[in-house]
Amino acid sequence: MDLENQKRVKEFAEQYGPENVVVLLGAAEGEASGLAAETVTNGDPTYAGPLTGVQLGLKVYHVCEPEIKAEFDEAVYDEQVSMMEMVLDVDDIVSEMTSIREQYCKY
Amino acid sequence: MKSVIKGAGYILVHTPDMVLHNGTTQTTERIVNPDGEYLKELPSHIRSFDQALSYWPNQVYIGNKTPDDLAAVEQPWYDKTCDVNDRYGKFGQIMPQEEFLLLMQACDVFDLVKLDKDFVAANKPALAANPIMDESILARIGEGIDGAEVARLVNEEHSEGLYHNGTLVGCVNRAHDIDVNLSAHVMHENIVSKASSVMALLSAVQNAGISKDEVEYVIDCCEEACGDMNQRGGGNFAKAAAEIAGLNNATGSDARGFCAGPSHAMIEAAALVESGAYKTVIVTAGGCTAKLGMNGKDHVKKGLPILEDMVGGFAVVVTQNDGVNPEINLEILGRHTVGTGSAPQAVIGSLVTDPLERAGLKVTDIDKFSPEMQNPDITKPAGAGDVPQANYKMIAALAVKRGDIAKADLAKFTTEHGLTGWAPTQGHIPSGVPYIGFAREDLLAGKISRAMIIGKGSLFLGRMTNLFDGVSFVIQKNSGETQAAGVSEEEVKGMIAKAMKEFAATLLAQAE
Repeated sequence: MDLENQKRVKEFAEQYGPENVVVLLGAAEGEASGLAAETVTNGDPTYAGPLTGVQLGLKVYHVCEPEIKAEFDEAVYDEQVSMMEMVLDVDDIVSEMTSIREQYCKY
Repeated sequence: MKSVIKGAGYILVHTPDMVLHNGTTQTTERIVNPDGEYLKELPSHIRSFDQALSYWPNQVYIGNKTPDDLAAVEQPWYDKTCDVNDRYGKFGQIMPQEEFLLLMQACDVFDLVKLDKDFVAANKPALAANPIMDESILARIGEGIDGAEVARLVNEEHSEGLYHNGTLVGCVNRAHDIDVNLSAHVMHENIVSKASSVMALLSAVQNAGISKDEVEYVIDCCEEACGDMNQRGGGNFAKAAAEIAGLNNATGSDARGFCAGPSHAMIEAAALVESGAYKTVIVTAGGCTAKLGMNGKDHVKKGLPILEDMVGGFAVVVTQNDGVNPEINLEILGRHTVGTGSAPQAVIGSLVTDPLERAGLKVTDIDKFSPEMQNPDITKPAGAGDVPQANYKMIAALAVKRGDIAKADLAKFTTEHGLTGWAPTQGHIPSGVPYIGFAREDLLAGKISRAMIIGKGSLFLGRMTNLFDGVSFVIQKNSGETQAAGVSEEEVKGMIAKAMKEFAATLLAQAE
């Protein structure tokens, strides 16, 4: 995950309390989604950014996961996300994200 | 009348020593991790000139192989040898580093590039034998200076070293003692861009079969900036390169927009010609040393050669309609506006489906799309995937949403309307424009009727806006009308005389 984004996630978690923050991802495939999810839960796996060794345990979802899709106005989702939903391997993303949440999510 | 694409030039320069000394991945590593494994491992992953010549994507870039040929070769390509390894191709050439260092000196008009005199003597005949070089450029090459003086300039005067096969053979001096915009580093980067743009201009003029004197305007669309501390991006790369290339009747200006720059420049060139402001305009760009070896860490970690060892350049000649060459259709322009938004769906919609809808066309009415044509051999091992393929999937998905194709035909669409990426990851160089040379040929041969060129740019990298950007345009086969098909003065006189005779006959008839 981009170092600047790690810094912002860390600051938001401190400002609002980690239990009140949900991180929403839009990565293009499962592996990249899993890496970003791991970064905001168990810490930066590449040991490069501000979240190295910081276990925030935040709630984290990909925008194509069914829980998130259900929260959207259907017309907005169709206009903003449905094209990428058709392009992405959603099953792979859901399985990666679920695995990371089961292991590291604290909330 | 619509302007036409008269010809194009595509050039590469093999710059292995610049990967080590000038690529930002390497220069950054030298600061933060100078004793790390990467810098130790790196030299053993550098390719020879012969290896660069027999690399499939490079042979496609200069036109000796086609994108279709490349698509038939199983990936990865770095471990395969192309059956053609010619340094010259129908679109341009692959220049070796030693010739390019001499060309850099020829392109420097402020006496900043200094070369070792033995190096000059050993390599000048090779550059002189290069078919795009002429006397005016060769006459600019000096005798060179002592090697000891080169070393002193690098060690004591902050000059940027020029290396060949690991040996210091020259340097670029700073152009000012304290102005960072004229530092040796910046001058090196800018002179490389200028020299590779000159190569592209010379190739394009030759390929289009026009004389240098016909060129009236040049637009440079690279991603560098030249200027001093009082006007950091003052410009003008276009006119500077045109001077060396001998385009004496041309002026020019620079267009910028990150990777979208070339597509913006092409639309501007077409508009200038179609409006009649200039008859012949060339869009040109040289390459970028900073991006050399950009994904080197991933390539080295995975045991690959350093594939980002090529500086790229291109130039496209846009002229008045000749009734033959493919036309640029300015009635079908895609544009990502300030209000478009950054969701991929909104971006692709604004660049692809919106302009087609305005023109009453379907997505399938475009035979070939050319978005970012990055070579997947470079991007896949770096975790960035197959960039052209990702673009085609998005275009196909939008086509499904619009009902232009059935969902079951999604994969077929990406093959039939897409291309396999072959361009070096030089930012602006792979952005839409690598296909223009092939598109011109495919349109002339009647293989396709319409191609869409799509340029996208990450404006947020400049920290001036969070916005994304992009524009697109369509190239189509010539309708057959020519600029000269207008009415001449003689014909006008004839038509008036005929009308007066008829009028007189009518009057006579009425009198009778």
